[in-house]
Amino acid sequence: MAVHEPQQSQTTPPDISRRSLLFALGVGLNVVAATLVAIPIVGYVFSSFRYKTLQEWIQLGPLANFPEGQTRLATYRNPFTSPWDGSTADIPCWVRRLDGEKFQVFAINCAHLGCPVRWFQESGLFMCPCHGGVYYADGSRASGPPPRGLFEYEYKVQNGHLWVLGGQLPTLSSPEA
Amino acid sequence: MGPGMLRSVALWLDQRLHLTRLFASTAGHSVPASASSWFYVFGSGTLLCFIIQVVTGICLAFVYAPTANDAWTSLLFLNYQQPLGWFLRAMHYWGSNFMVAVMTLHMVQVFLFGAYKYPRELTWISGCILLLCTLGMAFTGQIMRFDEDAYWGLGIGASMMGRIPFIGSRLVQLMLAGPIIAAETLSRFFTLHVFVIPGLIIALVSMHLRLVLTAGINEYPQPGKLVRKETYMAEYEALVQTEGVPFVPRAIGKDLIFSALLMVGILACSAVFGPSGPSGPPDPTQINTAPRPDFYFLSLFALFALLPPYTETFLLLVGPVIAIAFLFLLPFLSSTGEKSPRRRPVAVLSVMLILLVIGLLAYLGTYSPWSPEMDAWSAAPTPVEYVKGRTPLALQGALVLQNKQCRNCHSLGGEGGRRGPALDGVATRLTRDQLIRQVIQGGGNMPAYGKNLAPYEVTALVTFMQTLHQPYEALARDATVPAVPSAQTQR
Repeated sequence: MAVHEPQQSQTTPPDISRRSLLFALGVGLNVVAATLVAIPIVGYVFSSFRYKTLQEWIQLGPLANFPEGQTRLATYRNPFTSPWDGSTADIPCWVRRLDGEKFQVFAINCAHLGCPVRWFQESGLFMCPCHGGVYYADGSRASGPPPRGLFEYEYKVQNGHLWVLGGQLPTLSSPEA
Repeated sequence: MGPGMLRSVALWLDQRLHLTRLFASTAGHSVPASASSWFYVFGSGTLLCFIIQVVTGICLAFVYAPTANDAWTSLLFLNYQQPLGWFLRAMHYWGSNFMVAVMTLHMVQVFLFGAYKYPRELTWISGCILLLCTLGMAFTGQIMRFDEDAYWGLGIGASMMGRIPFIGSRLVQLMLAGPIIAAETLSRFFTLHVFVIPGLIIALVSMHLRLVLTAGINEYPQPGKLVRKETYMAEYEALVQTEGVPFVPRAIGKDLIFSALLMVGILACSAVFGPSGPSGPPDPTQINTAPRPDFYFLSLFALFALLPPYTETFLLLVGPVIAIAFLFLLPFLSSTGEKSPRRRPVAVLSVMLILLVIGLLAYLGTYSPWSPEMDAWSAAPTPVEYVKGRTPLALQGALVLQNKQCRNCHSLGGEGGRRGPALDGVATRLTRDQLIRQVIQGGGNMPAYGKNLAPYEVTALVTFMQTLHQPYEALARDATVPAVPSAQTQR
C-alpha cells in the first residue's frame, strides 16, 4: 500500500473532479430512483385509506324480529369484507325498538375502550365487562368511565326491514359510526 | 485426518476469517473484573430469551396460519394435533414472560448502578427503545393468539388511538388496516410481530452490544467514587488496564449459569403450566366475554378503570410521552456524580415505588373489582341467613334485589360484584330515607333505578336492606332526628 501512495497523490487532481462528479451523479440518481421505489411502497402501506366511504347501508332483518319496547341483539356481515375474514366480519349491535318505526340501534362497543356491552333487561342497563361502564336503556351514560353514551347507528325502515348505516369501528374520533 | 492436519485447517480458517482477531475485539475484550457479578447477568439473560423467542417463533410459523379465518383453528391444531405444538407454544409464551421479567431486572440494575451515566448515554437509550420494542412484541404477540381477547384487545387499542385529537380516526384506520377489525388487521399485526419489530430488535441489539464494546461496561459502583466527565475515561482505561479480565472466559461464568437456569425455568414452566389459550374464537357476536390483556398490560388495564374519567384522555396521550421522554433524557439529566445505590436513596425509592405501583395495579387487574360480575344475579343465591325470619315484604325485597341485578355490582355474604359497596351491613350506614334516595336517584357511580323500579318494589327492596345488619348493630339514623325520646330528657 505504501508503494501505491505516491502514485495516487500524483494523479489526484484530475481524479478528484472526475470521481466526485461520478459520486455526485451516483447519489443524485439513487435519490431519484429511491423516491420512485418509495412511491408504490408508501402508497401500498397507506392503502388502508383507500375506502372513500366507511359506512354502508346494511339490512338488519324484518321488523318482526324486533318486538316493541324491547332491546335485542342483532348481527350483520361487515360490508367491507374479504373472503378470509372468518367470523370477525360478523358484527353485533343492540336494537331497541321504542314503538312503531322508532328505533335506537347501538354499537356493541363501549364508548370507553370498545369492549362489548351487555344488555340487562330486568334492570334496563347496558353493562361493560372491562372497566365497569354502565348505560341506561336509551344509551346514555349511567356510571363508570365512559366519556359519553353508547354510539348509535343511523337507521331507516324500508319494505318492512330495518337498515343501519354501519361498517366502521366506532371510536371517540369517528362518531359518524 | 491427524491432529496436525486439523491444526492446519484451523489455522487456514483463522487466517482467512480473522477469527482470533474478531474474538479478541468482541467476546474476549477486557472488562473490569468487578463486572463479573451476579448483578450483571440480566443483560445476557434477556438476549438469551430473545434468541429462544426467535427460534420458537420460527417453529410456530411453520404451522400457524396467519389469516383471520384460520388462525384460531391453527392454534387449536398446534395445541392438540401437531406433535409438541403445545410445548412450542408454551415455550414461546413462557419465553416472553421471562424476557419481560429479566429485561425489567436488567433495567432496574442498570438504573440503580448508575450505568446510564457518562459515557454510556446511548447504551441506555438504545436499551429504552428495546424496552418499547419488547412491549410492542408483547402486544402484537397477544394478537397472534387470535382469540376473543385478541379481538377485543384490538378494539381497546383502536379506542385508545381514537382519542388522539385530529388524526385519531386516521390512525385507527391505519392500525386496523381498514374501517374495522378484520382479516387485514391480523395480517398487519403478523407482519409487525414477525418481521418489522424483530428486525428492529436485532438492529438495536447489535447497536447495544457494539456500545458495550466501545463505551465499555459499567464497573461495579463504589460509594463515594464520583463520575467526572474530565477524568472518567482515563480512570476507566486505567481500571481495565490494571484489573481488566477478558469477558470470555474470565467474566462470563455467572452469565452462563444464569442462562442455563433461565432455559431450565422456561422449560419447567412450559411443561408444568402449558401454553396460554386460545380462549374463545374471535367471533364478536359472542359477547358473553370479559376481555383481559396478558400480564404485561394488566397494570395499564387497571389504570384505565381507576383514573378519574375526565383525566383519562389527557393522561393517556400525555403520560406515555412524558414517561418516554424522561427515560430518554435521564442520562443527560444526571450524567455525572454518584453511581452507587447506597448513596442514591431517591433512585432506590423511585424504583421501589414504581415497581410497587405497577405490581399493585396488575394485581388489581387480575380480579378487576371495578367490573360488574355479569352473572352474579342469577348465579349467586341470596345467603340463607339473610332470608330467615324476614317479613313477606322484606322477602319480596330480597327478590327485587336479586332480579334487578343489584348483585352484579353489590355483594351479599361475599358473593357478587365489587363495583359498589357490599350490602351486608348497609342498614348500619344508610337510613331508610337515604336508601330510598340512593336507589331512585343513584349517584356516586351508581345508576339511578327510579325508572326501572315501581314504588312498591322500592319499598320492598329498602325494607329488605334495612334488615341487613347484625343483631347487635344499631340501624343508621338521621342525626337531626332524636333516636329515642328519652335520650333527650336525660340530657
